[in-house]
Amino acid sequence: MTTNQYAEPPPRVTLGRRLSTFFYRHPRVGLAVLLAAPVGWLVVGYLGSLFVLLLASFWDTNPFTSEVVHNYTLDNFRRIIEQDVYREVAWRTVRMAALVTVADAVLAFPIAYYMARFASTRTRNLLVVAVFMPLSASYLVKAYAWRTILSDSGAINWGLGPFGLTFDGYSTTGLWLVFTYLWLPFMILPIYAGLERIPQSLLEASADLGGRSLRTFYRVILPLTFPAVVAGSIFTFSLTLGDYIAPDLITSQQFIGTVIYDQRGTNLPVAAAFTLVPIGVMIIYLLVARRLKAFEAL
Amino acid sequence: MSRAWKRPLGSMALAGFVVFLGFAAAGCGSSGGDSGSSATQIPGLGSSLDEIKQKARDEGEVDIVQWAGYAQLVDEFKQETGCAVKTKDGPTSDDMISLITSGQYDGVSASGNASVRLMARGDVAPVDTDLIPNYADVQEGLKNQPYNSRDDQPYGVPHGRGPNLLTWRTDDVTPAPDSWSVIWDKNTPYKGKISIYDDSIFIADAALYLKATQPDLGIDDPYQLNEEQFDATVSLLKGLAPNVGEWWGDYAKQIQSFANEDVVIGTAWPYQVNILKADKKPVEGIKPKEGTTGWSDTWMIYSKAKHPNCMYLWMNHMISPEAQALVAEGFGEAPVNLKACALTKNKDHCDDFHAADESWWDDVYYWTTPTADCGGEGGTCKTQEDWVNAWTEIRG
Repeated sequence: MTTNQYAEPPPRVTLGRRLSTFFYRHPRVGLAVLLAAPVGWLVVGYLGSLFVLLLASFWDTNPFTSEVVHNYTLDNFRRIIEQDVYREVAWRTVRMAALVTVADAVLAFPIAYYMARFASTRTRNLLVVAVFMPLSASYLVKAYAWRTILSDSGAINWGLGPFGLTFDGYSTTGLWLVFTYLWLPFMILPIYAGLERIPQSLLEASADLGGRSLRTFYRVILPLTFPAVVAGSIFTFSLTLGDYIAPDLITSQQFIGTVIYDQRGTNLPVAAAFTLVPIGVMIIYLLVARRLKAFEAL
Repeated sequence: MSRAWKRPLGSMALAGFVVFLGFAAAGCGSSGGDSGSSATQIPGLGSSLDEIKQKARDEGEVDIVQWAGYAQLVDEFKQETGCAVKTKDGPTSDDMISLITSGQYDGVSASGNASVRLMARGDVAPVDTDLIPNYADVQEGLKNQPYNSRDDQPYGVPHGRGPNLLTWRTDDVTPAPDSWSVIWDKNTPYKGKISIYDDSIFIADAALYLKATQPDLGIDDPYQLNEEQFDATVSLLKGLAPNVGEWWGDYAKQIQSFANEDVVIGTAWPYQVNILKADKKPVEGIKPKEGTTGWSDTWMIYSKAKHPNCMYLWMNHMISPEAQALVAEGFGEAPVNLKACALTKNKDHCDDFHAADESWWDDVYYWTTPTADCGGEGGTCKTQEDWVNAWTEIRG
């Protein structure tokens, strides 16, 4: 071979090559093309629907046919603010969401703690499966099952019967139980992940400095996992805030979700306006959660 | 994240939003503004029965919104016409309106409180009854009623009618009641065990009770209430609310509650009473002495139906004597085609449900839509919107 290996003929300028050169020279354009689809989806699908929701809350309805009329009005907001029932329902729902979150945190922490710190690999794997198993069953099946359990002739009252006690299952307390059950896995996982992330050396350091187990727990473990608890609470809180099926099946009381569901067919703008209440509550919640560094624990 | 990453994201988001606004504006421009016309011609509908049958073979499908248990002889219908029937149950009239206006369905079994609104909105089309042979057998007294026609133009075919029953467990409720007072009395012994239909139309049941017990309010039609009558009715309902054990929208939920004794008395369709009785539960349902609310339903065709030919055949099918006999007994209602009376399993069914006895229906007030002009009677009445709004307050 006599030809110089460095004197290779220049590569043919194909379209693909030209494109890649272009993107190499204009990295921002390359990035834009790459992200156009997902960002477009986010903007149109997520923000767009929120925008329509906001718009719809200013619309009016025909009082006879319930058809949406595109006249702009503030009546929907006036109604939500002036009528006590909307405030009561909103307050009731937020209270429920808070109570469910607290109950889930109290239940989830020991389970997650055991999984992360004490369980053997085998037990831990079993527990992870056990925690997530209920998530594979349909939400409706679980809600209807609870309806049967909470019934006057259901399992709970059957168990209480011999002691002369009865439990009114179709009540706010009953609903609280159902929500606590339904969302528990969403609390366990972030706490478990948070506990896993604490290096063993920190606990040893605490012990070396004279910290006993209880003190180590309060001064080291709890502060370090708190962001994870807040992260889990985002799930339990928001899922409770928006749910309408369990409240409808278990209680005779109205919650934010059931009011929106009932109004959506007959007065869509009022439903849209009321939707802004849980959105507002969640925005505040997320701002607080960010302050508490929950986003880093997600 | 460096700044270089952030910038294009921001500008892309902005661009996307502008594009989206464009779409939204275009969408707003094209929607709206279609009012009811009285042309019976739906695009694609055959002009004769033979042509309809032929075209139905090509459509091969009909999608209907129905009250649970209405569709009958679905397999036979498919064999005969080639149209497979897909049903969707609507728990309340409002849900049915939402469903049919979604554009996914060809027809609906609408009660009066839905049918009046659907006609006014132009969501259902007038019907050429010459193309529906069984229409000739429908009881004359049910044709061209305000809830199934406009200006003597039929907007569908009558399906059947029935009462909402005062229903109770005979082992828990003694003596057997004959009046609605057993649920309306604030000191009712069945506090927390009452089952009430969860829809604003139930306000009419309270108005009906006041019509009988407080004549000085001057309530005539329980669906058309002036301010004073409405306030009295709502206040009666607010007194009932704490005593209610369960608000039902889903009939299956109500059946479960009656079966488990979570509720022992309430309002139910004859359908639930039939199922509970068939299941050997000690349940009874009656029309109390004050009368009751009820329904007279109509099969209607969506004005932009994708399978109009199958839907026409379906309307004809549902008022055939065979289908009428099955649905009348199955759901617990009076057939509109009296030829069905010879085909029911219980030969007394038509008598039991007073199919031909018009006087029995005098104090059954069929569901209809409350309107500002009091149903055309003059005066100022509370509207559908007021009813819905009040219902949210009553539920609390």
